[in-house]
Parts: sequence; C-alpha cells; structure tokens
Amino acid sequence: MSTLDPAAAAPARPWSIAGSPLTWAALALLLVYPFVASPFFIYQVGGYALVLGIIALSLMFLAGYGGMVSLSQMSAAGLAGYMVAILGSNSVGTGFDWPWWVVVPMAVLVGALFSTGTGLLAVRTAGIYTIMITLAIGMALFLLTQQNYAIFNGHSGFAGIAAPVVLGVDWHQPVPFYYLALFVAAACYAAVLYVARAPFGLALQAIRDNPRRMHALGFHVLAHRVAAYAFAGVIAGLGGVLLVWFNGRISPGTIGVDRMIDILVIAIVGGIRHPAGAFLGAIFFVILETFAIDIVGAERFNTMIGMLFLVVVVFSPDGLLGLWGKARRSLQRQELPNN
Amino acid sequence: MTFAKGLFLGTAASLALAAHLSAAAAEDDTLKIGLLATFEGAFTVLGEDSKRGAELALQQHDGMAGGKKIEWVIGSSDASPDSAVRAVRKLVEQDGVQIVVGPLSGDEGLAVKDYAKTQPNVTFVNGTSAAQDTTLRDPAPNFFRFSTDGAQWMAGLGDYAYTEKGYRNVATVAEDYSFPYTQVFGFMAEFCKAGGHVVSKSWVPIGNKDYSSVIAAIPADVDAVYVALGGADGVNFLTQYQQAGGTAPLIGGSITADQTVLSSQGKQKEAVLGMPSAGPIADTWDDPRWKDFVAAYQAAFPDGFPSPSLFAHGYYVNTEAVLKALDEVNGDLSDGGAKFRDALSKLEFDTPTGMVKLDANRNAIADIFVTEVAEGEDGNLYNKVVEVKEGVNQTLGQPIEEFLKLGVVGRDNPDCP
Repeated sequence: MSTLDPAAAAPARPWSIAGSPLTWAALALLLVYPFVASPFFIYQVGGYALVLGIIALSLMFLAGYGGMVSLSQMSAAGLAGYMVAILGSNSVGTGFDWPWWVVVPMAVLVGALFSTGTGLLAVRTAGIYTIMITLAIGMALFLLTQQNYAIFNGHSGFAGIAAPVVLGVDWHQPVPFYYLALFVAAACYAAVLYVARAPFGLALQAIRDNPRRMHALGFHVLAHRVAAYAFAGVIAGLGGVLLVWFNGRISPGTIGVDRMIDILVIAIVGGIRHPAGAFLGAIFFVILETFAIDIVGAERFNTMIGMLFLVVVVFSPDGLLGLWGKARRSLQRQELPNN
Repeated sequence: MTFAKGLFLGTAASLALAAHLSAAAAEDDTLKIGLLATFEGAFTVLGEDSKRGAELALQQHDGMAGGKKIEWVIGSSDASPDSAVRAVRKLVEQDGVQIVVGPLSGDEGLAVKDYAKTQPNVTFVNGTSAAQDTTLRDPAPNFFRFSTDGAQWMAGLGDYAYTEKGYRNVATVAEDYSFPYTQVFGFMAEFCKAGGHVVSKSWVPIGNKDYSSVIAAIPADVDAVYVALGGADGVNFLTQYQQAGGTAPLIGGSITADQTVLSSQGKQKEAVLGMPSAGPIADTWDDPRWKDFVAAYQAAFPDGFPSPSLFAHGYYVNTEAVLKALDEVNGDLSDGGAKFRDALSKLEFDTPTGMVKLDANRNAIADIFVTEVAEGEDGNLYNKVVEVKEGVNQTLGQPIEEFLKLGVVGRDNPDCP
C-alpha cells in the first residue's frame, strides 16, 4: 500500500528531484540574489527566511515523512541558540568564551539531544496528542528560560552574540551571513532528500502509513521515530545557531509559544510534502511579516497575515507547494494531451 | 484554484510595489519618521495608546516640522528585543528613515540602543522604554530619551515612605524582569539611604496566579509591603493578601495603582486606600498644562483611554522633542543629522508634566509625581498628588560616580536588610 503514496513512489530514481532543472534554477537564483538585492533584503529577508526555513525543515521532516507534528522544534533550535550564548561569549559576561568550533558542535548536539528526548516522550502518542505533548515541552523550556537566572539569565536573556570572524570573513555581515545560511540550508535540504530515500527514510514513511504492518514485518517502530527526532534535532540545532547569530541575541521571547506556532505555520503554508515547502513558506512568511504593516497599517496587519495564510490553506491543503504542483500539472496537461 | 493563485500573485505584486515605493527616496517636502511600538503581543493596547500620543504631538504641530510635512512609518514589535530590532532595522535600512521614535518597553530599549551604535547617522529618540542602562552605562551617542527611567519614576517615594509614613522595615513583591528591578532599585536607593531596611524581596513570574507562597514569605513584623505588579497581577496579589489576613499597609510601583486596581471592587479597596506610589504622570494633577493635554487627548481620540496613559505621554513628549528640534534646524538632516542631534541635546521645553531637559548621557531630567490613593466624593478611588519632585535626574540627585557604585540593577542589587 505504500506504493500508492506519492512521496514514497520515487525511490526508483533517488536523486531525481535533486537533479531536476528546477532545483538548479532555484539554486542559481539564490546564489545571484545578493548581487541584485539591497543589504536589507539580503540579510533581513533572505537570510532570515533561510534560517526560519531550516527550522521549519526539521518540522517538515518529522511531519511529512514521519507523520509526527512536533511543535517543539523551535525549542530545540532555541536551546541550541542559548548554548551558543552560554558557551560562547555574550554581553552579560556569563559566557564560557569557548571558540566557535567547539561551541557550534556542542550547541547542535544539545539541540539534537533535546529533540531526541522530546521524541522519547512523544513517540508513543499520535496526532493531536503529539502536538499537545510537544507544545507542553516547548512551554516548559520557555518558562524555564524565563525564570532561571543561573543559566538562562531570565527574562532579559543574552545579547551581544555575534557570528565569528573565520578565514578573514566577518560572518555577521549581510552577504557572508546570507551565503552561510544558504550553504547550511542547501546542505540540510539535500540531507533530508537523501535520508527520505535511504532505507531509514523509506521505513519511516512506511511507519507513517502503517505502523502495525511495519511492526509485524520486524521493524522497530519507536526506534525509527526517535531516530527521526534526533535527525530533525540536528537540523533544528543548526537553524538555532544561525538564528542566534542572525539576531545577535536570544531571550525567552525567541522561543515563546507564538514563535513555535510561526514555525508550524511556515511548514504548513509552504507544504509539508516536500522539503522545498519549508523554504517557500519561510519566504512567504518573512515577506508578509516585514511588509504587511506598510499596506494595511499598524492596527490590522496581523489580520491580513492571518487571512492570507487561511486563503493559502483553504485553496491548497498542500500549501504553496501544492499550488505549484497544480500549476505544473495543468501546464503539462496542455503540453502533453496524451498524459 | 485560479482565484487563489490570482490572489497570491496579486499580493506578491502589491508587496513588491509597496517595497519599491517605500524604498524610493522621500520627496523633498516630506520627511519620514519611524514610529516603533508594540502593535502585537501582550502590550498591543499600550502600543496603540503610545501611537495616540505621538499622533497628538504631530497634530498640534499641524503635521509639519522644519517646513516639511511629517509622515509616520510604522514599525511593530511584540515587546521582545529581537522583534524590536527587526522592526527598527526595517525602518532604517529599508524605509530609509533618519529619525526613529520608540521603543516602548525596557529590554527593547537596550536592544535598540545596541543597534543605534551601528547606525551613527540615524537619530533614535526613545518612546517609553525605561531601563536604566539604555542611557546610563555604555550609552549610544545617537540615542536620546526625553522620558525618564524606571528608577527615576520612584523619586520621592522612598523618602515619603520613610519620613511621612514612618515605615522602617519593608518587604518587596515585584514581577521578575528588568522593569520591576529598576523600580525596586529606585525605591530602595532613597529608602535605604534614609535609613530604612528592605528585609525581604520576592520576585514573581509575570502572570502569576497563586501568591500564597509569596505571602507566606513576607515577615509578619514589616511596616509595609512594596508592591510592583502590573494589571491583573496586582489585583490577584492584593485579593490574596487580604484573604490571607495580611494587614501591613502597601507602597505601590508606578503601574501598580492603575485603574485596574483602583476600580476593582471588594475588600482590597480598603487596603489600597492611602497607598503611596510615584510615577512620571499623575492623572489628577490640577496643573493647566496637564489638563490641556488631557483635554486635547480626549478630543482627538474619543475611543482612546479616559485619560492618557504614561505610554501616550512618553511618546508625546519624545515626539514633541523631535518636532521642536526639527524646527530649529529647518528640517535639515543632510549632514547625517549631526545638527539635529546637537539641537536635540540642547533642547529644554515645557511638557504637560513640567520642564524637560537632557543630561550628558542624553537622558531626561524631569518632574516626578508622588501620589497617594484617596477616595473621591463619588466614592471612587483616585491617585491624589502629594508631592511634585522637580528636576529628577537619572542618578536621583546623587553624584554619578557614587550612583554607579550602586551597581547594575538586578534581583539582588541593591541590598539593605
């Protein structure tokens, strides 16, 4: 029955999507973007969308391939971000001042461990109960960071965190940061595509579709699910490191419940059937969040953002990606009447 | 589906158009000023009132300053420092404003100050953010604050509690973040110097519902309890303190004795009667300048608050300063705003709450009101002005070296058990 699923139907050509002209065209576009855009568009629109896209990608992986909607991926990212602030240097003066090449792997590891721990708690649940338990874990971390002063510095959090200067490049500057985020995003995107077509990913999708049957076939269902959380945690951790470098600061507000929901919205609006959806959703989200206020003013811009998201999911349950798929299919139909 | 697609493409196109328009250079006869406040999140209502204050100031200048038409470009944050920096970065780097008014809350102010250092040609004028170190330690040369900080707001209260009320031992209960720390700091700076003791300090999370453990931790023999809790938190604490049989009189922070507490019914009404507090505004001050301001506010915004909040007041005063300084330089910002900032730092003007001028760190020296909750003839409670402390500076009258020695505001500082 798994062959009926479009996402699982592709293994005959494992790299078909990675090698498609569309992917290369998108990559080329993203590579030349800094040459045509202003620093603001490079950093605050491009860089920010890529960072949010990476975090949403970790949710997309869990939800799309594993059927597990975890709200706490933002928390895993935030915890990794906090680790960058705590293990590195910050303006509060409580950092360990370790070099970046120690801090970054540690931060990603902590993010991955957090996500794995979340997985251990959440994998026995399904559907809305997974959402509830991951929401609770995310809220617990939020409240911990808000009230713990010894480690997380409470409500104020940490400021003065900058991306390091490596190889003579200041990675905090718009163009270097953009390319750094693009590199990490592309690597995560490729990794998700690869894993989805590797035996582990195929087993995960089969478990999503019929856990009982997979269990009967001898697969360890829970172990696969926890492993998916661990993999998603690495991606979220990388996103969290970039997020804290992007903002230059982190505080409980960065990982609050509305931010957790933002990541869910990005993933859903983009479309959770394919990793590209996370980035499409992030671009759409960042552009709306940045410019909606110019169109409808301060009182109603969030209403407009909400309405647009509603419109997208009402007309295309698969999100923006679904719109694209529909457009492509109708084009193909016109070009190839026999198809 | 084509409808959805059309709508999406239409939106994308209009977004692109808006981006293009705002990126275009401002015309010669208009000047764009960024207005940063909280139009989302928990402080939305306060953000909206702050916008009324800024708009009122501009209205009273007929929408003009320095011979140019002034146009607002709005930026919104949710009171978190990240969102404030994102919003202000858009105002400066995308919309190209050279002057920003805002932000509203303390941690945002610290974040915007850090950002200000990277944009030396843009002038940042505070909204109502009241953290001390926005201007006291490591200030940005282009960040100006014509409103006062949370410690200044407490000026006169410590002395009043010690001498007039005769309190010697006080416990404090306050929310656990930077603004209440600053308020407690301001209260203690005076109260401890006068000879008083703060025997216990309790910090509670924002939105706390159950105060029983906090109330149990208040020593029985204190003369008074200093309470810096806002809105519903204040009401919850007062109710539970009454129910637990607490009898010590109260001292309030700047946002404790607001309308939520004053208009609530029940026994806590007796408890708050006679509660002293202090702040940058006093609703019932009978000075004509304040009365004119309230009347203008009420006339301009029939659907606003019954009386302007301290957020409307703060944005009003800071916007007023921007407009006055623009008048002085004839709207000329062509030198990266150097002349304009010079004019700002020399500005001294009359506001609804008295004269305001800046100190060397570009922080306001202004009047602070000590009030006491009293019962009006109609039986409603209100804040009666008992003392106006004139010309309160950021170091609360102490020499700056001595004041800096008190250390950075925090949970455990200051300390005088």
